[in-house]
Amino acid sequence: MSEPVISMRGVRAELGSRTVLRGIDLTVLRGEVVALLGANGSGKSTAVRTVIGQVPVAEGEIELFGTPRRRFRDWRRLGYVPQRTTAAGGVPATVTEVVTSGRLSRTRLGILRKADHAAIRRALDLVGMADRAKDSVNALSGGQHQRVLIARALASEPELLVMDEPMAGVDLASQEVLAQTLREQVAAGTTVLLVLHELGPLEPLIDRAVVLRDGCVTHDGPPPKAVGQHALPGHDHVHPHAAPGAEPLRTGLLS
Amino acid sequence: MEILDYAFMQRALLAAVLVGITAPAIGIYLVQRRQALMGDGIGHVAMTGVGLGFMLSWSPVWMATLVSVVGAVLMELIRWYGKTRGDIALAMLFYGGMAGGVMLINLAPGGTNANLMSFLFGSLSTVSQEDITAICVLAAFVIVMTLALRRQLFAVSQDEEFARVTGLPVRALNLLTAVTAAVTVTVAMRVVGLLLVSALMVVPVAAAQQLSRSFAATFAIAVAIGVSVTVGGTVTSYYEDVPPGATIVLLAIAAFMVLTALATPLARRRARALELAAGDPAECVLPEAGAKVADERVPASRGSTDGLGV
Repeated sequence: MSEPVISMRGVRAELGSRTVLRGIDLTVLRGEVVALLGANGSGKSTAVRTVIGQVPVAEGEIELFGTPRRRFRDWRRLGYVPQRTTAAGGVPATVTEVVTSGRLSRTRLGILRKADHAAIRRALDLVGMADRAKDSVNALSGGQHQRVLIARALASEPELLVMDEPMAGVDLASQEVLAQTLREQVAAGTTVLLVLHELGPLEPLIDRAVVLRDGCVTHDGPPPKAVGQHALPGHDHVHPHAAPGAEPLRTGLLS
Repeated sequence: MEILDYAFMQRALLAAVLVGITAPAIGIYLVQRRQALMGDGIGHVAMTGVGLGFMLSWSPVWMATLVSVVGAVLMELIRWYGKTRGDIALAMLFYGGMAGGVMLINLAPGGTNANLMSFLFGSLSTVSQEDITAICVLAAFVIVMTLALRRQLFAVSQDEEFARVTGLPVRALNLLTAVTAAVTVTVAMRVVGLLLVSALMVVPVAAAQQLSRSFAATFAIAVAIGVSVTVGGTVTSYYEDVPPGATIVLLAIAAFMVLTALATPLARRRARALELAAGDPAECVLPEAGAKVADERVPASRGSTDGLGV
């Protein structure tokens, strides 16, 4: 239970000429759920994108499953949910077609076998989109787009899920569905690293929160409690979907 | 069917069918990755190839293939390494390619801009036996690539970053897309002409999108539209003595307009069916007027965990 799945040591990264990460240390152990928090521009997305090899590392080391990232080729073990507001491209595509892309890492030459079709269906079931499998992604709501993107990541049955703001622009009801999906994955032993703007319904799942500020880690430990105005008594977030009499919702805005 | 008695028309029709299949088949991936006008750029670059072919007395089709493949690879490289003004570099490539073609043809022995016209706008009667052999070989390459690698090309064109993280060879697939598009341009060059090639890559796909919900259906409908308009345009140009390239493109645009007009009621019917399936009330219920009704219905269809009607 204690081997590191992700390990970053002294990682510096630049976007253009701007230094975005100034020496990040971050370890995610097998089975852990770690949230990366911080204000806009604090470097949390960049940190995640160095892990998956989409931003070059200027200095420092990154290991994935104990392999230096540069030599890591076993991408099927990793499921990635990019920061997107839409799963659609320039041509109509069904939910199944989009989710199938996530399974290609487990196929040879893109030929789908029985097990692959089953995995795709399972991924759709997990996010509660099985009944929309044949619909065009263009016809979906924002929350459903995120669920499709998560199903696409789950289709390869990954051991590690890396998600960049999976809750952005998702209403509370969809957030609950996504939290439930994630809970099942975590219960099955999946390791999760996710970028969040606020903890929201995911809070009970998070083992550890890492807070970034100006490209440096300023907190690494239990999820911080709501602070400032948000912690004041009587500061209830009012959401139109909340049933009357339900307990006030914890949104724990951190930035 | 006396039209089929002439050897040149047999060749022209065969070329038309192959163009009708290949242009939308690769065009759909270009549209998907929002590079719809890439074919137009390659068409410009291919002119230098045509010019070189005349100049060196080699087959213009093969020479155009060579030059446009080189141009397409260059465009891909500019896209990778190009910093801020990649579009300027592309403009140089496009218009340099076009100017080079005009210059080379004028320098070629016995070459005039009249030769160029048939390559710019297509000319069926001049499709030679060697041309048709080249077109068949090149079209086979395009069809095999776009079908065998459809899932990989779909993934890369839909979300390039995600495709890289699944371990797909994204650079190789991008290069392959560029090369396939370049080959398609030269396949279509004799029939619709270099300046109108891009239309046949884009318009059938845009027309098919009006009807379809899935990528597979869009692909099939786009190819069907492509073949219909190329064959239709070729036959029309034989009987009416009009330029084939222009006829084909205008037919494709007409198909787009007709399908768009048909699509609006279709989309409305589909949306209504979807609403019924989701169990949403057909009309809004004001809270004062029907608080009880709303209370019963809304939580049922918007419950937080059942995943319906979100």
